Amino acid sequence: MTETNLAMEMLKSLGINIEHLLVDNVAKIQIHQNKVIGLHLVPGLKVEADELSDGVEAQIIIEKGAKFEKPIHICFGVLPESGLQLIKLHINAQENSNSMILAHCTFPNAKQVKHIMEADIKIDANARYAYFERHVHGPDGGVSVLPHAKIYVGEGAEFSTEFELIKGSAGNINFQYEVNAEARSKTEMNARISGTKNDHIQLHEEAHLVGEYSAGVITSHIALKHNAEAIVENTLVAEGPYSRGHVDCKEIVVGNSQAKAIPIVLVKHPTAHVTHEAAIGSVDIKQLVTLMAHGLTEEQSTDLIIEGLLSKKQNWQTLIEEIR
Amino acid sequence: MSKSMLTIDGLYLTIQNKALLKGIGMDIWEGHIHAIIGPNGAGKSTLVSTIMGLPGYKPEQGKILFLGEDITDMPIYERAKRGLTLAWQEPARFEGLLVEKFILAGAANKSRKRAEEVLKMVGLEADKYLNRAVDKTLSGGERKRIELASIIAMEPKLILLDEPDSGIDIDALEKIFSLLKNLKQEGITIVVITHSLAVLNQADHAFLMCCGKVLDKGNVERIAAYFQNKCIPCTHGKVVDISNEPTLQN
Repeated sequence: MTETNLAMEMLKSLGINIEHLLVDNVAKIQIHQNKVIGLHLVPGLKVEADELSDGVEAQIIIEKGAKFEKPIHICFGVLPESGLQLIKLHINAQENSNSMILAHCTFPNAKQVKHIMEADIKIDANARYAYFERHVHGPDGGVSVLPHAKIYVGEGAEFSTEFELIKGSAGNINFQYEVNAEARSKTEMNARISGTKNDHIQLHEEAHLVGEYSAGVITSHIALKHNAEAIVENTLVAEGPYSRGHVDCKEIVVGNSQAKAIPIVLVKHPTAHVTHEAAIGSVDIKQLVTLMAHGLTEEQSTDLIIEGLLSKKQNWQTLIEEIR
Repeated sequence: MSKSMLTIDGLYLTIQNKALLKGIGMDIWEGHIHAIIGPNGAGKSTLVSTIMGLPGYKPEQGKILFLGEDITDMPIYERAKRGLTLAWQEPARFEGLLVEKFILAGAANKSRKRAEEVLKMVGLEADKYLNRAVDKTLSGGERKRIELASIIAMEPKLILLDEPDSGIDIDALEKIFSLLKNLKQEGITIVVITHSLAVLNQADHAFLMCCGKVLDKGNVERIAAYFQNKCIPCTHGKVVDISNEPTLQN
């Protein structure tokens, strides 16, 4: 299969309208297993990629002051049933830049696929950087996804990330993000995952609000069915003067599934303030009965409640302003 | 002669060894607004929960017939599919579930236009609400009107409204009263649960409940007078002579 055809196969597997991703003014990076099969740059974006034996190492620079009208599209994929993909990313969003990355990770036929991402992300002063990660997995899981990232958010900079499984079974997800946030910066980390069958989901998101007036929100919404399991460990450390943070973890468990949440909030400065809320349980009976009184079966009602929980898109700017 | 849409026959319900419904019997006539009035603890909300078949409200004795069909043991959603539904005193909140999706979940016509129409009917601007979540960012009154909109979208035959005035401001209440009349004109049967005389006055017929029993039924003015003169003082601790009330003597 040619690289162009392979790239099209990966995009088609996303199950979304891909026309807007194919236009010329959208920057694209497409990686299948250990091959860079598509690269289209736009002014303000620099990419250097090296193919490794089992993956790709890439340096991505969003140049000082660069502002992108459209998201930069990255597509990582493994189309065969088995394989290993190691992605090493070094990202630098330079001063005053404004960028959004839409990363699709697709493993639609996975039976024994391992996708490892090791990223260091540096967001310089007053830059805005958003990373939206959307996953497509096979119907039976069959994939281990291990994204690990260390993020530095400079003074006055803004960082947001969102992880969402849009298709297929989660499989084994082990997600670890650690943020260090400087003065007046804003950080939001948001994960929405649905686990079924024997999926195992482990989330560890940690933010250190080091600088004064820095703000951070960590949100995890997980819905589990069958025998799926999830462990969510969210840590927010407020050490800068007047730093503000909020941790929100909500998990719905149905059937034999199990969920565990360990929110850790640590305040190291008398003027800092952090709040947290965690709720784990079965579907709320009042919500369930309300929808059943609209004519939906118990299963349809449960699915709609879960869909709502997972589809919540926080307006992170508003949320951060709210907790300030 | 009006036809009975809902017939409740000798309904008994005990929860945690406490008898909450003690042989309730009533006929709800098609196309009319009925009020069930009574003091707190009379069993009004328990009765509608039992009619709707909510979990934990299974009667140990008696029958509920809807359009002649015995629905006593039927699941909630089957009752709803037959045209019976309930609007809560305090509606549920749904994190992330958009108003449009909530309204159309059980709607007969699942178009956005229909969602806009029903929101307008309850006095809410579609543009401001359709893309919001049915969550804590909405006031109790807004959620109540949105729930009512969702129920209208179902095009039900009979609506059980539990305390439609609770948490609603006066302007919104006037809209709800006018909506009740419109729904009635469209042939929808309504049962309102209330302890408010203002709500009672919207009804064509009334039932007075006390201590899990129907004390009186029929004329709204008569029942309003009884409620005002005997039930309200009674709930305020005044001893009221009800020894001549035949229902309570049974």
